[in-house]
Amino acid sequence: MGALLEKIKIPHDRFEMRLSGSGGQGMILAAVIMGEAIGIGGKKNVVQSQSYGPEARGGASKSDVVVSPNEIFYPKAMRLDLLLAMTQESLDSYYPDLKEDGVLIVDDVLVTDFPTDKYYGLPFTRLAREEAGHVMVANVIALAAIAELTGIVDREALTNAVLNRAPRGTADKNKKAIEIGFREAARLKEKKG
Amino acid sequence: MPDKKRVLMQGNHACVAGAIYAGMRFYAGYPITPSTEVAEGCARRLPEIGGRFIQMEDEIGSIAAVIGASVAGLKSMTATSGPGYSLMVENIGYAYMTETPCVIINVQRGGPSTGLPTKVSQSDTMQARWGTHGDYTAIAVAPSSVAETVTETIRAFNLSERFRTPVTLLLDEVIGHMREIITLPEPGECEVVERVKPTCPPEQFIPFEMTESLVNPMPAYGEGYRNVITGLTHDTMGFTTNKPVEIAPKLDKLRNKIMRHVDEITRLRTEFIDDAEILFISYGSVARAAFQAAKIAREAGAKVGAIQLQSIWPFPDKELMELCARCRKVIVGELNMGQVAIEVERVLPRDTEVHTLLRYDGEILTPMQLLEKLDEVL
Repeated sequence: MGALLEKIKIPHDRFEMRLSGSGGQGMILAAVIMGEAIGIGGKKNVVQSQSYGPEARGGASKSDVVVSPNEIFYPKAMRLDLLLAMTQESLDSYYPDLKEDGVLIVDDVLVTDFPTDKYYGLPFTRLAREEAGHVMVANVIALAAIAELTGIVDREALTNAVLNRAPRGTADKNKKAIEIGFREAARLKEKKG
Repeated sequence: MPDKKRVLMQGNHACVAGAIYAGMRFYAGYPITPSTEVAEGCARRLPEIGGRFIQMEDEIGSIAAVIGASVAGLKSMTATSGPGYSLMVENIGYAYMTETPCVIINVQRGGPSTGLPTKVSQSDTMQARWGTHGDYTAIAVAPSSVAETVTETIRAFNLSERFRTPVTLLLDEVIGHMREIITLPEPGECEVVERVKPTCPPEQFIPFEMTESLVNPMPAYGEGYRNVITGLTHDTMGFTTNKPVEIAPKLDKLRNKIMRHVDEITRLRTEFIDDAEILFISYGSVARAAFQAAKIAREAGAKVGAIQLQSIWPFPDKELMELCARCRKVIVGELNMGQVAIEVERVLPRDTEVHTLLRYDGEILTPMQLLEKLDEVL
């Protein structure tokens, strides 16, 4: 026993990300937007899945996006290339699933206890409330930050995908949120070298 | 030809797209997680194309309305989850007995009772076969991707019309809620079976005549044909009977019209099965994990393949026996306590080892769990 397990390798043809937080923070919608931004204009396969509790607000909420040039068999993440954690609880739950060289992005106001010092921290929720004009766009700021920090999706595709999903009358707030996300992430990248 | 439009579509919305492609124009339902998006999609789309959407007072009323609409001539469907399906089973029996085509989507969640609204399960697999009382033969199909959900929904309608019987489309929470990039079929790309209507003069029409095909033409109410339907066992004219010489042939008809054509209904997908010594057998979301596990195991040198049951009922006895003829062991993975495993044990020869990996804690089986099981039985 164990002979096969020693030989197996986790597939390298998948990029796996998980957006996690608390119910109501828009993690599932953010993952759908990310999936559309990467998948519709491009040639890659994309699967977006989620798990959430019965509550409309609160409770743990997570959504996975898997991207591959090949057919995606298993629809959920196996080893994360990227984890976005918007709360302490989601960070604690999913950090063990992150690859050793995976990218960790957190809301560093809502998260106070870090399992590693290798992370990108931005105050998404505070930026949304104080700068973008509504706490609801914290997820969009996070999406723009992910795009800037990883290059997994280009700016234009992401902007189009966000605006395509934005409810009527919220385009300006969402555009602002995207700008804030790109700007803050670029600043952070520069600081970290 | 320009590239087809790529969309990121949810499994539940794929049901709607497939159903409308197949000609569904009537939906009655009562919302329930994780199937609600099917109702939402139908509520949005049907009025745009001249169809009807009704939210009924409960699931009993929903399936009753669906059967009524079908008898009145429209391709009809409903969507629900286990608790709602339980309420529907009496009237689904009525559809079997009256030979009324309709499609029931069951996006499975954990049970029994109200169970786990947002969690995945495959524990209604046997219910789709034996849910209602009495002797009858059920058809159930089980897609495992969003693209397959479109095509299998179309097929569910085709089978339903072809055999004049209810068809259950078994999804699970993972397939119903996940989104994948797909392209939708163009008109004409997929076969659509239309209901066969009588061509004889109305006075010569025998609604349940014993013909060679056992499947009768079906007029819509109001078209001038007398079409008596009842849940009581009936003769060829549709009238209640208590005569043994009419009772057994009616039940034989319900079974044989389907069982003579199992080949047409059965659909399986296989991956990595050439020279495989061990096979995973699964369906729905678990098939995705099994294909992944087989791929990883192959790369590590193990002779492992995977079979996905795209149709579950009637159970694909013959095909499974043929596919497993050269393998020594199978591993059945499912999100219940072994509902399909029982069938696999029934079908395969005694010297084939049937192992099971069963999960019923509300989570999907992972490729790693399947690989661990594989390692254990190798």
